[in-house]
Amino acid sequence: MIRRLARWIDDRIGGSAFAESALSKIFPDHWSFMLGEIALYAFVVLVITGIFLTFFFDPSVAETTYNGSYAPLQGTTMSEAYRSVVELSFDVRAGLVMRQAHHWAAIVFIAAIVVHLLRVFFTGAFRRPRELNWIVGVTLLVLAFFNGFTGYSLPDDLLSGTGLRIAYSIALSVPVVGTWIAFLIFGGEFPAEAIIPRLFVTHILLVPAAIVALLTVHLALIWRQKHTDFAVRGRRESNVVGPKLWPTYAAFSTGLFFAVSAVTLAMGGLVQVNPVWVYGPFRVSEVPSPAQPDWWLGWLEGALRIFPPWEIRAFSYEIPNPFFPGVVVPTVTFGALYLWPFLEARFTGDRGPHHLLERARDHPVRTAFGITALTFFVLLQLAASNDLIAHRFSASVATISWAFRILVPVLPLILGYATYRLMTALKASTVERFAELPLRAVVKPGGDGEAPPEAEPAAPAPSEVGAMIFIFPDPDGRWRWSYRVTDNGLELRSHKSFVSPDVAEHAAVQAYPDTPVVQSTEPVAPTSPP
Amino acid sequence: MNGARGRILAAIGASMLASVGLTIVYALGGDPQIEGVLLGVSLGGIAIGLVLFGHHLLPGDQFVEPRDVIPHATAERPGVEAAFEAGAEPIERRRAIAIAFVASLGLLGIAALFPIRSLGTRPGRTLFRTQWRRGRRAVTDSGRPIQVSDLDLNSVVTVFPEGHENAADSQTLLIRLPDDVPPPGPSNWSVSGVVAFSKICTHAGCPVGLYQAETQELFCPCHQSTFSVPEGAKPTFGPATRPLPQLPIGVDEAGFIVSLSDYTEPVGPGFWNRPE
Repeated sequence: MIRRLARWIDDRIGGSAFAESALSKIFPDHWSFMLGEIALYAFVVLVITGIFLTFFFDPSVAETTYNGSYAPLQGTTMSEAYRSVVELSFDVRAGLVMRQAHHWAAIVFIAAIVVHLLRVFFTGAFRRPRELNWIVGVTLLVLAFFNGFTGYSLPDDLLSGTGLRIAYSIALSVPVVGTWIAFLIFGGEFPAEAIIPRLFVTHILLVPAAIVALLTVHLALIWRQKHTDFAVRGRRESNVVGPKLWPTYAAFSTGLFFAVSAVTLAMGGLVQVNPVWVYGPFRVSEVPSPAQPDWWLGWLEGALRIFPPWEIRAFSYEIPNPFFPGVVVPTVTFGALYLWPFLEARFTGDRGPHHLLERARDHPVRTAFGITALTFFVLLQLAASNDLIAHRFSASVATISWAFRILVPVLPLILGYATYRLMTALKASTVERFAELPLRAVVKPGGDGEAPPEAEPAAPAPSEVGAMIFIFPDPDGRWRWSYRVTDNGLELRSHKSFVSPDVAEHAAVQAYPDTPVVQSTEPVAPTSPP
Repeated sequence: MNGARGRILAAIGASMLASVGLTIVYALGGDPQIEGVLLGVSLGGIAIGLVLFGHHLLPGDQFVEPRDVIPHATAERPGVEAAFEAGAEPIERRRAIAIAFVASLGLLGIAALFPIRSLGTRPGRTLFRTQWRRGRRAVTDSGRPIQVSDLDLNSVVTVFPEGHENAADSQTLLIRLPDDVPPPGPSNWSVSGVVAFSKICTHAGCPVGLYQAETQELFCPCHQSTFSVPEGAKPTFGPATRPLPQLPIGVDEAGFIVSLSDYTEPVGPGFWNRPE
């Protein structure tokens, strides 16, 4: 049946050649390469649950009175938007599970993108020729943030209304055009009625369409450029090692999709998230306390909280305080992310293509910079809970805020420098693992007080002693090649067969340029090296 | 192998049972917690089954394929460039027409930008004024007017100008200070120890929702800006840079609190052309 359908399609559009190479395409399979896939599958869950939600959500701020089954809100005046969310949560079968699964999937989606970005950053996977995909990826992160915010603002509850109010004030703070930006986005002075329907269209159509388009580009570029890999066991700049797409990788990847769905949907049923009925409907003069946004906005919220009471006023114009934490911080953050591959290439002078990944120690400056930035954002994230931390430790909010005002500029630099020392020491040493490094090597890099070596491009793959290429016939008369290392028993077979030994050899030499080739006329059993 | 087969079938079986359970739970009226567990088992069973299947019963061999080093494609580049240039040549010969095309697209693009203006009202003076006018009564959001005697000592009430109970920019706090605290601001702006301040934080526009009676401080739960009422709602902590604007108030003949005018400065967060 499937075969007939495939033939029917192939007769009309052709594609056997592509399908054949696709089925035997190689995917490197380190655990950290699954992070992007988790994000992809969380997005699939978002789309499926989100479509269900759109059938029930009413993006209207028209006033109504609640008379559904949630008793504490009986008789309360609220917007249709809020009423429809409460109704979906309590009076639509499976509605609450879908709504909460959607929210959890969003949380997982952004978390997976961020961790994936860290993996790509710390391993240098963004270097040439992957700068373009880095830009696409950072844009996807921006879009994920944006859609997270628009989605979280839709229910028109007190917490999200407060978030919108802050967003409006940040828009207002932009020099020269701020009032116009705020009025054009919201339709007028806050709280303008246009904003909820606009957020809805943005959230369910504009941004998801952009995400789907860029995701397609992101995956197409990975397909075209092939995945990077660590410099271990037969991996070279000139080859790709791993399972074939069909069937092994497909089984694992589909399994991962079901695992991501299982976790997000189980959490949707079991773990409460964004209980808008507890926050109550939006009221212009009310505010929840304590009020924390979703986790991925924590760094901006923290920046807004601890930024000192500074503003600029000159020539009867002003740049208000929220502009600095609310506009400058994210602009610099994403600007630095976009530019990083180019800045690094400029400063290291390394503009060559790289397909093998680096370890954190291979590039101490990059690693130190990454840890500095990471510490900065984690501290801001914690600062977003300064009121909760103060409450927990019975301190005043002022004390905790001052602690963050000092820690945020200082601690990242300290940890960054410590990381730099540690990475240079690791690089200069021969130890494989971090824990094996003697402390004095960190305190005195190079052992004898030598200057730490400068950052260099990744070391070439360790040469594998006794490596050979074997060219051998398949039982069906076609030819294969395999890469073998007698010392460690490594055997990697060619991912496909070839019409002649010459073609096989050509491919083998392309994958392993400096390895001796041996041709055999006997079919060689794959698991018994000669 | 057999052990793996058994475990895979167990995982798939658990998934199947959970899926049947899901339909039953749904038909019986649904329950989020049970649905969550069953969805987890139903999807998780397939996930575990697939991973075990891939791990134990599918070929685990590592294969290798050469990586096309993309710069090799540069061999094809001159051909592409030549093809493009050959096609572009007649366009370049008629440069004026090409420029006219580009210019027409540019003008069309500019014209297409104008509808963006339709998205919002003109800011104009909107941010400079609220709905408070001379003699307008201060009422609660349900429209009830307020007399001084309605206010407990050392407490706050949120009020709006009468007839504008939804006007977000007009929300105002009436604060009745303790007798030993002199009311801030011009003496004719307060009534019997009652003062009125804008409830909108001058930092990011949240309602300044919390009043600490011991210190007579207003506290914004969003970013922790703190305003000292006896000092004219001057910010004493947090990111806010400006005091909350004060509303001049008096009482009308019936004894209800009214405003004497609009706020004398813009309320809420700062913006580019906010006057001093």
